[in-house]
Amino acid sequence: MITVSQLTKRYARNTAVDHISFEVSKGQIVGFLGPNGAGKTTTMRMLTCFMPPTSGTATVAGFDVLEKPLEVRRHIGYLPEAPPLYPEMRTTEYLTFVGKIKGLRGPELAKRVEYVLERCAIRDVSNKVLGKLSKGYRQRVGLAQAIIHNPDVLILDEPTAGLDPKQINETRDLIKGLAGDHTIILSTHILPEVEQTCQQVIIINKGKLVATDSVDNLQNRARGVGSVLLEVAGRAGTLDAATVQRRLEQVTGVSRVVLKRARDDRSTFEVESQRDHAVRGDLARAVVESGWDLNEMRSAAISLEEVFLQLTSSEAADEQASQGAPAELEAVAGKAQE
Amino acid sequence: MRNVWIICRKELRSYFVSPIAYLLLAMFAIVFGFFFWNGVNAFVFVGMESQMRGEAFPMNINEFLIRPLVSNVSVIGLFLIPMMTMRLFAEEKRSGTIELLATSPIRDSEIILGKWMAAVILYAGMLLVTAINFLWLFRYGNPDWKPLAIGYLGLLLQAGALLAIGTFISTLTRNQIIAGAATFGACLLLWVLVWVSEYEFSPWARVLSYVSVLTHFETFSKGLLYTKDVIFYITVTFLGLFLTARSLESLRWRS
Repeated sequence: MITVSQLTKRYARNTAVDHISFEVSKGQIVGFLGPNGAGKTTTMRMLTCFMPPTSGTATVAGFDVLEKPLEVRRHIGYLPEAPPLYPEMRTTEYLTFVGKIKGLRGPELAKRVEYVLERCAIRDVSNKVLGKLSKGYRQRVGLAQAIIHNPDVLILDEPTAGLDPKQINETRDLIKGLAGDHTIILSTHILPEVEQTCQQVIIINKGKLVATDSVDNLQNRARGVGSVLLEVAGRAGTLDAATVQRRLEQVTGVSRVVLKRARDDRSTFEVESQRDHAVRGDLARAVVESGWDLNEMRSAAISLEEVFLQLTSSEAADEQASQGAPAELEAVAGKAQE
Repeated sequence: MRNVWIICRKELRSYFVSPIAYLLLAMFAIVFGFFFWNGVNAFVFVGMESQMRGEAFPMNINEFLIRPLVSNVSVIGLFLIPMMTMRLFAEEKRSGTIELLATSPIRDSEIILGKWMAAVILYAGMLLVTAINFLWLFRYGNPDWKPLAIGYLGLLLQAGALLAIGTFISTLTRNQIIAGAATFGACLLLWVLVWVSEYEFSPWARVLSYVSVLTHFETFSKGLLYTKDVIFYITVTFLGLFLTARSLESLRWRS
């Protein structure tokens, strides 16, 4: 649905987006992730034909952004970071206006306005002046505006920024519900949002592509193997950490045991296992049968946040090492595994 | 063309939802009303005087009343035109709605034409206010309507040109006040450039006085229709709208 190849945007003094390439297939929700100033908004603006790229190209719904900008815009719905509302207009009036400039006419227009009022749950403010709406409603009217012409592709720039937790959840659910009919790219710097709503992640930092993969894969990649945190306590009040470590290493499927913290009577270990081995039961049994207590056992899941930090910081380190040479994606991913 | 009309209607509506349109119309009606009342009184006074001196009544109402009145309207327009154009693009840039327009399947030229047309229609509506006064003039006097019509055509053409320049200036900033002030400065300058021709006769002075909008308005206020003046205003209009289009395009490259 969206193909981006070597997309670049240069300004007089800096390069906002630097040779980015990725693809998004139909019906997916893709999280566009990066710290502030990474080039997310610039990329989105190029995809929506708000600004032309310096070099490289992108096609949206089969149309080139440079050659057929009007066709691209017809197939794209865009919610900028600040919802583009006219404060003096009323909701229905605004949606009708947007529908018209998006090419809707007559009964179809009326039908679509009704549909988005319902879909985005803004019917109760349909006759209110936009300038007086609360932030949550403004965001929803912004979303309604983006989907009014039933576009194939939806591009949402930080759709949950500035909302309260309840509104964030509502907006996320709304976006998830839209996924079936539309291909969605949403930018954010909030990681749980990506974990919750997106199937695929594109991470950029300082204008460069850092990683693109599915959410699951990225988490696995950073984690490498499944790991479990164990806290073991000795019954007599003393515990020999080395003995416990040796015992744990004997459990089948365990690839590595790291002593995280040792005290007199209890110690914490991080146990890594091969991915397809379920080792928790065996670990518990091993501990208990050896006469120790098992205080705690939990999975050391790595959040996207850590993945993100690893990826972006290792890229920075890499950049320093190689004096600014572009970091290869695989090399970065490899580092993340370490 | 349909998109032009959609944009134009939206702009007109926002003129009339915010008090701008009413303010402009009211201000214009009051100021024009004063000019008209003043002109009629002066006309009557001079007429009485010449009658008392036993002279014939050589005065022509077109010459004496309508011609300065039309000139005055164009001066009032000078003050009001910046207020009509200042928000056209500056406001869209400030509130971010320009992103909506610029990512919708409409051409930049349609956006620009729509906005400019809305301003021209508002100006025309303002001129319509003067119809009330002229209705009385035609009811009780006997003026020739043709010079008046040409004068008004001139007013519209001149406004079209100045509004195009204002539209262009509005794309340069996101601050309405700056856009308005700069437009006022530009209009005023275009107005007074002709003054150099009073003491200077070199080619550059001739160019300056040619560029001045006042030079080209004089013939219209006299009720004369010269193609070169019509073409001048139309050229300036096109230039203004062309610059607007270029400015919007550069906005896309830069922002």
